[in-house]
Amino acid sequence: MIRFLFRRIAMIIPAFIGVTLLTFALIHLIPGDPVELMAGERGIDPVRHARLMAQLGLDKPLPIQYLNYITGVMRGDLGKSLVTKQPVLKEFLTLFPATLELSLFALTFAITVGLPMGVLAGVKRGTFLDHSVMGLSLTGYSMPIFWWGLQLILFFSVYLGWTPVSGRISALFWIEPDTGFMLIDALRSEEKGTWISALRHLILPSLVLGTIPLAVIARMTRSSMLEVLQEDYVRTARAKGLAPWRVIMIHALRNATIPVITVIGLQTGVLLAGAILTESIFAWPGIGKWILESIHRRDYPAIQGGVLIISSLIILVNLGVDVLYGIVNPRIRHTR
Amino acid sequence: MSYRKGLVALCAALLFLSFGTSAYAATCVYCSEGSPEGFNPSLYTSGTTFDACRAVYDRLVLFEYGTTDTIPGLAESWNVSSDGKTYTFNLRKGVKFHTKKDFKPTRDFNADDVLYSFNRQFDPNHPYHKVSGGSYEYFTSMSMDKLIKSIEKKGDYTVVFNLNRPEAPFVANMAMEFASILSGEYADAMMAKGTPEKVDLDPVGTGPFVLVQYQKDAVIRYKANPDYWRGKAKIDQLVFSITPDASVRYAKLKAGECHLMPYPYPADLAMMEKDANINLMQQEGLNVGYLAFNTAKKPYDNVKVRQALNMAINKQAIIDAVFQGAGKIAKNPLPPTIWSYNDKVEDYPYDPAAAKKLLAEAGLAGGFETDIWAMPVQRPYNPNARRMAEVIQADWAKVGVKAKIVTYEWGEYLRRSMSGEHETVLLGWTGDNGDPDNFLAVLLGCDAVGSSNRAQWCYKPFDDLIQKAKITTDVTERTRLYEEAQVVFKEQAPWVTTAHSIVFIPAAKNVSGYKVDPFGNHEFYHVEMK
Repeated sequence: MIRFLFRRIAMIIPAFIGVTLLTFALIHLIPGDPVELMAGERGIDPVRHARLMAQLGLDKPLPIQYLNYITGVMRGDLGKSLVTKQPVLKEFLTLFPATLELSLFALTFAITVGLPMGVLAGVKRGTFLDHSVMGLSLTGYSMPIFWWGLQLILFFSVYLGWTPVSGRISALFWIEPDTGFMLIDALRSEEKGTWISALRHLILPSLVLGTIPLAVIARMTRSSMLEVLQEDYVRTARAKGLAPWRVIMIHALRNATIPVITVIGLQTGVLLAGAILTESIFAWPGIGKWILESIHRRDYPAIQGGVLIISSLIILVNLGVDVLYGIVNPRIRHTR
Repeated sequence: MSYRKGLVALCAALLFLSFGTSAYAATCVYCSEGSPEGFNPSLYTSGTTFDACRAVYDRLVLFEYGTTDTIPGLAESWNVSSDGKTYTFNLRKGVKFHTKKDFKPTRDFNADDVLYSFNRQFDPNHPYHKVSGGSYEYFTSMSMDKLIKSIEKKGDYTVVFNLNRPEAPFVANMAMEFASILSGEYADAMMAKGTPEKVDLDPVGTGPFVLVQYQKDAVIRYKANPDYWRGKAKIDQLVFSITPDASVRYAKLKAGECHLMPYPYPADLAMMEKDANINLMQQEGLNVGYLAFNTAKKPYDNVKVRQALNMAINKQAIIDAVFQGAGKIAKNPLPPTIWSYNDKVEDYPYDPAAAKKLLAEAGLAGGFETDIWAMPVQRPYNPNARRMAEVIQADWAKVGVKAKIVTYEWGEYLRRSMSGEHETVLLGWTGDNGDPDNFLAVLLGCDAVGSSNRAQWCYKPFDDLIQKAKITTDVTERTRLYEEAQVVFKEQAPWVTTAHSIVFIPAAKNVSGYKVDPFGNHEFYHVEMK
């Protein structure tokens, strides 16, 4: 097991280097630089441009810039934002709880709805229910997030007035961020209705962000259920005269969820990528919105740092899934 | 008895509710478009940051609300020496700085604060010069570093600015955001604590609102400054609810989650106008969109060609197609809201036949090939440059001019057009200080060739007029000179002036006292919630 773990961890190192190199190369391939963008229509004379670029450390050759950056990363220094002049790590840590809170809610929504949907579709294979579930999940999977978010806002927030349009809490409540998780911070508030307001603000963004993972989980559960339901032990269980729900819930579902867990692990990346759009629509102050804005402003350290931390998280989650899998299924540990 | 008790309880509940309502009524929620980069306007150039800072700071000179006229601010009055090179500002007494958790001012605003605010930007050896990146882009780009010779304190309430040359727009410059007055005492206290950058993040100003909370990408909260020298604001709290998407801002306005929003989508304007709960305010913006001919390249060195191509464009079609009602045809390089705008100037008529004739006179009867550069981004003066370029391309094709549309990434676009790689380029300008010099000299002056003068146009008769106006302090004389300059500009046609956009501010019906600012700024001191 330890050897397996080391092997997996050793594979992470080139992945990290690859991520930093790729991000660095890609952002420098985008034409334009932060100084030009700041000057706008006014323009900037070449001497001053060169001086400001030097001030920002962007005048050195790219390989040197990369080396400086990577040395900083090794020391845990992700640099300072070119725009706000604040340490990138500090900015990230301030905004990350918002993304994490949203992602957790979205994932919970996706699992609690997607899993039963998939089970039902699998059990009632070929029926109207199965076709509806599959049709809906395909629609959910292919729906543009931006459009979907706006439709939900227009219907639930503007037309029905049930949910707030955007943000994390009503503008009338003053919450001093402590943990960064609004639901926890709101609990400490003495103002009435704060927690409910925070919860209501989570509904639509979680629904939008959870739509794609929901569709994937539902489809995966269905196909996995179909496979498991044909296994000998299910037939045996049925032959023993067990109640049908017991066969499905205890014997079939437990085994069918193994591949589903892997899919859920992989959805972490999807959630974090989806957060960029969802956060923009719902004015959700998380890292997705922050990275998008950093790209617009060519804030290189912020983009690099943000992408690096997110990729690290995805790599680590996948490592966790690998290890869990290794524990659950020892055959995987010995596969080379 | 129990019935009476119930009645009393009901009355108490109603009273409580009414108090609750009135507390909310004093809060104005503004759905802003983005996060500020910081809270020291001298370090930044974006309007979003300026809006967030404007609530906190004052300047020596202010723009009269809703106009481009200057009025006394923290300076009660000022005198200009006869040679136009010395400006003496007499400061207002009894103005208080904000009190914050970490800082309680021990003195009122005085000349030391003015010296701190300007010397930090002007003097490279000032202890604060390098704090927070130390780049004062606006100060530099307005050439203040070259213009100011020295700043002197003459007593606690008098400050003298000595200039290297006479500069009539100097007073208007003093009303710009980079000239905001920060607390010198606060700066000293933070420097002593070893946290100088705090001055730029947790601001202390003399303005109508005190910043109480900022959560990046989420919210900015202010409370009214009870000691404000112009009197306390009519709202108790001001909240910026940061909402980057215009459709979502509109949805929030409709749902009653915010009271005012900037930058609506042009496509939503018709619906907003019909909405009984929304008051759609509008004003012509202080901007101009243009197509500049590169006069350093053939055939655009020939005035007849420039005039012909002016006549070949149907501007009304551009307004209809690109602005969807949110724009107005431009005939001058100055917007109509600015003083000295010459309304007597006649624009070139849309006349393809006359254009063809002029082209033939220029020896280009068979037409020619050219390019039209179209910006890749949406700007206030041009919401869709690509579409505009297509309309112009079609119009020019009718007179035999075959144009290819070219575009680059925004930064690249600005850089290449500055160095004159284009033949014709679409661009525009939003005014900074409401002074005509800020348009005519910056965009068309000989000094700006190779930078913001995209037409690369240096025409002595025009340049003489604007240079003379720059050093003349008499406004009537300056007006005359600028009016004449606009006539010369039209004859010489270095640009096709395309449009001035209209600035729209949709607001909830219970908001009163808000005026649309010609600069495109957003100011809340006068706002009242009904």
